[in-house]
Amino acid sequence: MKNELPLELHIPEPKLRPGDAPDFSDMKLPAAGSAPRPDTHAQARDTHHLVYDLIRVLDDDGKAVGPWNPKLDPETLKRGLRYMLLTRAYDDRMQRAQRTGKTSFYMTCTGEEAVAVAQAMALDRGDMCFPTYRQQGLLIARDWSLVDMMCQIYSNSRDRLKGRQLPVMYSSKEAGFFSISGNLGTQFPQAVGWAMASAYKGDRHIAAAWIGDGSTSEGDFHHALTFGAVYRAPVLLNIVNNQWAISSFQGFAGGELTTFAARAVGFGLPGLRVDGNDFLAVYAATQWAAERARANLGPTVIELFTYRASAHSTSDDPDRYRPAGEGKCWPLGDPVERLKRHLTGLGVWSDAEHDAQILELTEIVRTAGKEAESYGTLGTGPTVSASTMFDDVFKEMPWHLRQQRQQLGI
Amino acid sequence: MVAMNMIQALRSAMDVMLERDPDVLVFGEDVGFFGGVFRCTEGLQQKYGKRRVFDSPIAEAGIIATAVGMGAYGLRPVVEIQFADYIYPATDQLISEAARLRYRSGGEFTAPLTVRSPYGGGIFGGQTHSQSPEAIFTHVAGLKTVIPSTPYDAKGLLIAAIEDDDPVIFFEPKRIYNGPFDGHHDRPVTPWAKHPASEVPEGYYRIDLGKAAIVRPGDAVTLLAYGTMVHVALAAAEEAGVDAEVIDLRTLNPLDIETIVASVRKTGRCVIVHEATRTGGFGGELSALVQEHCFHHLEAPIARVTGWDTPYPHAFEWEYFPGPKRVAEALRQAMEA
Repeated sequence: MKNELPLELHIPEPKLRPGDAPDFSDMKLPAAGSAPRPDTHAQARDTHHLVYDLIRVLDDDGKAVGPWNPKLDPETLKRGLRYMLLTRAYDDRMQRAQRTGKTSFYMTCTGEEAVAVAQAMALDRGDMCFPTYRQQGLLIARDWSLVDMMCQIYSNSRDRLKGRQLPVMYSSKEAGFFSISGNLGTQFPQAVGWAMASAYKGDRHIAAAWIGDGSTSEGDFHHALTFGAVYRAPVLLNIVNNQWAISSFQGFAGGELTTFAARAVGFGLPGLRVDGNDFLAVYAATQWAAERARANLGPTVIELFTYRASAHSTSDDPDRYRPAGEGKCWPLGDPVERLKRHLTGLGVWSDAEHDAQILELTEIVRTAGKEAESYGTLGTGPTVSASTMFDDVFKEMPWHLRQQRQQLGI
Repeated sequence: MVAMNMIQALRSAMDVMLERDPDVLVFGEDVGFFGGVFRCTEGLQQKYGKRRVFDSPIAEAGIIATAVGMGAYGLRPVVEIQFADYIYPATDQLISEAARLRYRSGGEFTAPLTVRSPYGGGIFGGQTHSQSPEAIFTHVAGLKTVIPSTPYDAKGLLIAAIEDDDPVIFFEPKRIYNGPFDGHHDRPVTPWAKHPASEVPEGYYRIDLGKAAIVRPGDAVTLLAYGTMVHVALAAAEEAGVDAEVIDLRTLNPLDIETIVASVRKTGRCVIVHEATRTGGFGGELSALVQEHCFHHLEAPIARVTGWDTPYPHAFEWEYFPGPKRVAEALRQAMEA
């Protein structure tokens, strides 16, 4: 048959650009509590309706509803709120530290705090995390030292990574936090390998990996799902869909045609699409997937549907490519405010306690900041000796690196 | 001691390490039940079970990535990339991840993986089964690159590579899997059994990485080679009637600079041979190092005999392959200079 029309190339374009008023009126949001919760031993295909649904627990009044309610006790919920607030206070100080020239670069996770904090709390402390650069909440929820994190950002004399890594590319074996790579997506199949090793050894620990919506386009994403499915590795494959990959909206990762959770379907893996700003939903979905992984039922793909409320990094200005104020209009709200409202509704939390806690945490971060700065900041020092740049390339230094270290003259 | 070809020697190395260390795993495309397209892992799954020796999806990046994760856990994966020509999808995981993990984590996480891969030409494999990409990896800080030339070396070096706590690229010259090859493609194939280096101990032994071997002592000119080209170099020295000192580098990075420098200071001349393309090849690095360390001892320009700067052409294997005639000619020119 003759083709009557000339072919047209489709280039995705977000609906709104700077100057437009934020508008999410066409976003279809299932009611909180409406998504069914399959048994953790269900067949993967019996979860596949959930990849087009949205698991929500907290309703618009802050009440926990439906089968996904993890029914956490108030103390656990208050700890979750505290870790999220601490993450926010930490981000605030480090963002300002970059603005005042104490470091070169910083990345906040504003609006996405529930993802890392709730997931860290739902996992066991010995489970291994393969994060991206926006899961600082994992370290914070595992009570890792803020001073240690800041020393990395300042590349100072106490930086365990010896000034080798871009700020926020933390690494802590002790905290079960894998060294962050700036090459996006590489950690996703590595987590599968770690999980395969854990299963090979008959260990009890599982792995969890995070990737952004944009980076699901990378081949490594595909490899992770393939290897994870083939070897039924005990791993959680989390996609943080925060809508934006620097300036590219999620349409450039294929989000116009389907959901990211739906990637699970073709691999025969279970998939869950979760309100990423709902602490309880994130916790419950993580708990569900972890229980499956521990039962040798393999990986689960989880899409955490959220919004990157701040810039990509301190080198980015989102007002140049998306409507100003969009984050404040996000229909699923702010994770801190939502959990606060829930706790207030339960009668176990108040505005006064909330405000007092923010002051307390700000002071904790300030004290940590002062201590970290006493060990040096980027540009003003002190740093570790530059001669250490030749260490750890190999376990034992070969002749050519010894020679080059001598040539450096330190 | 038993006579082994290189395939049997490599298999024996993996056998020994699977036996000795429960943290050693072997996986890759077709390596499990079938035993690999070149048979290097034949029988290992049957002996050690499919938990320890298994097939993988056809995804080189996924193979290396999962090996990096296993290494971070504490295992010692030995993975096969079926042909070196297929390794490019995995370069991000090798170059940006495996090679830098120790460094970027301040020594907390390491990637002690061994990447075995058949490489090089001489088998009419065309442009996707003949390449020699070693210089891509020797250029990377944090990777070791090893290339054996005999069954004895192949086993001892592979055991050392598996035991090494850093990532090792282990390229196997597939043209000499079954017998040494001196570049005379029109002559009958010689099996390894007739070569002294096919006498291989059945048990454990290692050849330390970073140590070259002088395979033919000589005084007139230093001839640097590795892999298949070691055998071509030996033939060329005989045919040119030049008393060349032939050095088999065995490990390209870290390089045994002392052996090279001592030889060139003695001979005053140096010819470098490799199958890989010339521009940006490892021969350029060798040439620069010899010049830096031996300038006042040199009596002739350093010469390189290499593959041409073209893709590997299927029908013109022997016009491409730097055979003994070209090497002998370079030796004569070095002596006349």
